[in-house]
Amino acid sequence: MKITQISIFLENRKGRLFDVCSLLGQKKINIRALNIAETEEFGILRIVVDKPADAVKALKENGFVAHLTDIVAVEVADHPGGLAEILKILNENNVNIEYMYGFVERSADKALLVFRFDDPDKAISVLTENKIKIIGSKDIGGL
Amino acid sequence: MIWNEKMETMAAQDLKNIQSDRLKSIVKYVYDNCPAYTKKIDNHGIKPADINTIDDIKKLPFTIKEDLRDSYPFGLFSQPIKQLKEIHVSSGTTGNPTVVGYTKDDLKLWSEVMARAIACAGGVPGDMIQIAYGYGLFTGGLGFHYGALEMGLTIIPCSSGQTKRQLKIMTDLKPRILACTPSYSLYMAEEAREMGLNPRASSWEIGIFGAEPWSEAMRKEIEATWDMEATDVFGMSEIIGPGVAQECLQKNGMHIFSDVFYPEVIDLQTGKEARPGESGELVITTLTKQGIPLLRYKTRDIVSITYEKCACGRTSPRISKIKGRTDDMIIVRGINVFPSQIEHVLLSIEGTQPHYQLVVDRKTGELDELEVMVEVDEKIFSDEVKKLRALEEKIRDEIESVLGVMVKVRLVEPKTIPRSEGKAKRVVDKRTL
Repeated sequence: MKITQISIFLENRKGRLFDVCSLLGQKKINIRALNIAETEEFGILRIVVDKPADAVKALKENGFVAHLTDIVAVEVADHPGGLAEILKILNENNVNIEYMYGFVERSADKALLVFRFDDPDKAISVLTENKIKIIGSKDIGGL
Repeated sequence: MIWNEKMETMAAQDLKNIQSDRLKSIVKYVYDNCPAYTKKIDNHGIKPADINTIDDIKKLPFTIKEDLRDSYPFGLFSQPIKQLKEIHVSSGTTGNPTVVGYTKDDLKLWSEVMARAIACAGGVPGDMIQIAYGYGLFTGGLGFHYGALEMGLTIIPCSSGQTKRQLKIMTDLKPRILACTPSYSLYMAEEAREMGLNPRASSWEIGIFGAEPWSEAMRKEIEATWDMEATDVFGMSEIIGPGVAQECLQKNGMHIFSDVFYPEVIDLQTGKEARPGESGELVITTLTKQGIPLLRYKTRDIVSITYEKCACGRTSPRISKIKGRTDDMIIVRGINVFPSQIEHVLLSIEGTQPHYQLVVDRKTGELDELEVMVEVDEKIFSDEVKKLRALEEKIRDEIESVLGVMVKVRLVEPKTIPRSEGKAKRVVDKRTL
């Protein structure tokens, strides 16, 4: 149920994001979701890709520091209050979100968000009990 | 004025005779009183009786910083600890700090040489002195304090920091002498202008600046900024603290008080005495100290020396400004910093030692800034900003507590710190001193 996110350490320098994206492009790896957490000096680029193992290999070969992290992708109804419904469930069950972000594209009437939980297993069971649809990694390629 | 007319203007041969007598006694004294030195001298294959004149000093073994560290805390002392009246401790380089101690006579000696230094810079009894060197374990503040007391000055023991208050005190109390690090004097000038004060109208006429390297250009800037005479003072805690050597108003080298601190300049290549005017490592023997006398202590400072008589009348030799170091020590805001200290901290936090680099910079009118760049590797990387931030803070706090100087920590990508022949360059000093 969990999917794999790659996080990459980037100095806040011109062209670094381009370097990552162009490397992944050359390796024919598709970015499905993306988020950047930034500070004054550095940023953490977090991406979900169709071929995470290949991506990490390519990144490391090119001198990037990259980590794999388990995250949970959740379908959210694409209407006002859609996200609030999910957050309410998480809140009531004391599930902590470290951070979250949206997928690059989604054509249907559902939005897709990824969550980084401090306890992903608990989050998954809470969401499943509440009939929230979780997207598995095998679905990612076909999105 | 010359504080100790007799000792400071003595004819060369007379001075040599005194140095010979004192060397002879101090070698016997450490041999009899300090087991570490007994062993050192025995191992070197000589006896105290072999030392008769000052020229015999070449027969003695050197003492190095590691000897102090290896015998931590009191192993190189020649007196029982009860006889020590004061102890100073400097931050450790790789583990143990350096401990030095003063007997009652040593404190008298310190007062004497510091009085000589202040007089050498132009101070006279009755002057008011603002001491803006740190008081405490650092020897700067108390060394000046004792010298000023000895001389009969009025002391304002400001210690370092609290710049606005320093300036208010200067404006209201009108001290004639300022003692602090040279960069702090320029920092104060910026602050003074911001407060609407005219630095050139200050009461300070004499500055006694030391504890960090500075150049002729910086002297000119300080003198123009404050309209004062800026002089250089030299010292180190292992020898006594400040008061080893001091510039007179000729500003042409620092008079080393060689009747008590005997200097040699050793050529780095040959290990033999360098000729006057040529650069080498300054080696000092404390001829009269009781608590922790040191024989031929290698200071790691590179200087040259001249024995020519100075126009001020003093006959003591003069050493140049510090031209460099034989190790990788840098001085930041008057504090000695070794890259190995940073290495130690990183090792203790991470279990492995990431690549790092120290960048020191000093913007005009500001204090030194030390930035520690640490390459992020797999082990320390996290996908969460707060964890990386916490890591930065932890490294910063640990380094600050070890060094006692403020630092900025910056995480950088792997392989961004330049390596030369596989070895990373640890220190980048961007200061134009």
